[in-house]
Amino acid sequence: MEPLIKIVNLNVGYDKTPVLQNVNLEIFEKDFLGVIGPNGGGKTTLLKAILGLLKPFSGTIHFRKDISGRKKPIGYLPQVKHMDKKFPITVFEVVHSGSIMEGASKSKSEINDKVAQLLTEMGVYNIRNKAIGELSGGQMQRVFLCRALLSEPKILILDEPDTFVDNRFEGELYERLRKLNEEIAIVLVSHDMGTISSYVKTIACVNRNLHYHRSNTISQEQLNDYNCPIQIISHGTIPHTVLKQHN
Amino acid sequence: MDAILELFQYDFFLKAFIAAVLASISCGIVGSYIVSRRIVFISGGITHASFGGIGLAFFLGFNPLLGAVLFAVLSALGIQFFTKVAEIREDSSIAIWWSLGMALGIIFIFITPGYTPNLMSFLFGNILTVTIAELWWMLALTVVIIATFSLMFRKILYIAFDEEYARAAGLPVNLFNYLLIVLIALTVVLNIRVVGIILILSLLTIPQATANLFTNSFKKLLVLSSVFAFTGTVSGLFISYFLDIPSGAAIIFTLVIMFAVLKALKYIF
Repeated sequence: MEPLIKIVNLNVGYDKTPVLQNVNLEIFEKDFLGVIGPNGGGKTTLLKAILGLLKPFSGTIHFRKDISGRKKPIGYLPQVKHMDKKFPITVFEVVHSGSIMEGASKSKSEINDKVAQLLTEMGVYNIRNKAIGELSGGQMQRVFLCRALLSEPKILILDEPDTFVDNRFEGELYERLRKLNEEIAIVLVSHDMGTISSYVKTIACVNRNLHYHRSNTISQEQLNDYNCPIQIISHGTIPHTVLKQHN
Repeated sequence: MDAILELFQYDFFLKAFIAAVLASISCGIVGSYIVSRRIVFISGGITHASFGGIGLAFFLGFNPLLGAVLFAVLSALGIQFFTKVAEIREDSSIAIWWSLGMALGIIFIFITPGYTPNLMSFLFGNILTVTIAELWWMLALTVVIIATFSLMFRKILYIAFDEEYARAAGLPVNLFNYLLIVLIALTVVLNIRVVGIILILSLLTIPQATANLFTNSFKKLLVLSSVFAFTGTVSGLFISYFLDIPSGAAIIFTLVIMFAVLKALKYIF
């Protein structure tokens, strides 16, 4: 099976400073990849490279034919903390802005219907005329998820959708992603390894390099081998730290 | 009331009124963009840098507006260049262009032999001396701005809100940014007549702040800002005439009072 995205020997970073070195990764249809790693390790850099926002120093990112081209049918949910909360834009308009992505319908009424449908599904239709800055963290993530899904993407890329949200929404979000994953591939960046590990199918540990782990369980020893300084919290009814962060 | 109607029989007043209408529309729309994108300071830099062009035009003897446009666009591009390529902090690059333009303007006007133009009218504006030719230019600009914002409304809004997302979608973000910075430069220069270089920032920000009290939608902000800009400019014009004070300052004063009163009313109710 041909991967949707194939990354070969990727070196990428900002200006002249390399962040990621020698990254190799394949993303297949219906993958659910959890990207973990320490802050500043390059998780967001990897996403930006895939989205074409950063030009690789060397190496290639190859897209399968049906999703290649300048405009890629990728759904993207950026980190909400970088959003301008004072910007005069309504919830409806934010979701509608997903229509600039390739793959979104071209007809005006079809786009409007789809926006309304997504807002309803996500339970935020009643606040469609509110300004984006008036929303709670969970509502905002729902709205940005609607935007990401408007173009009916083949891959959904989410950068820390679990920040600023309560536990209830977090569970709801992951259940929704699990359902979406029946149709599309998902790449999820999170610093919360404990929560995502029961949903993801595979794990990539990003800390300057990328270590791919073809399973959703990972041991502290493996993380040590990967040089990935993060904490592991076990699955189970009562979450607890089983191992401390190593130096 | 009769006194007000009588004023419209005067040619100079009619021209000033038309200038106020056109300035309100262009500043209302472009100012909303500036405020939403948080590029007020860049706009201030461009405005002041244009003074260098006015000085150069007097020294070499060509149309001052042309000189101002030249310097405004050059400084807009210069600020981008300093920040992105030469890696100078953005606020510092703005300040450099801001003061360089003003300094050049003063030097050029100082070394211009013979008659030195009235600096005050460029720095503080005088809407009552606007010429027919300038009105035509203002009209052309207003038409271009309305056309640009109605034809490309969604793209402008979505790029302004989330530039990175627009880039990921493959929109020509840089092209839009340059187009809009040029529109800002032109808006500033062609409206210098109305309130002057030092006060033009007010027309680009105060009506927007007032409009923002009543709406959170970008589209409504464009329209409401123009309405408030119009109300303030025209009232200021009358106040300036009847109290015999400079028009630019009267307009700004009216705009600020209007904002303060509405803000207070909104707070109370």
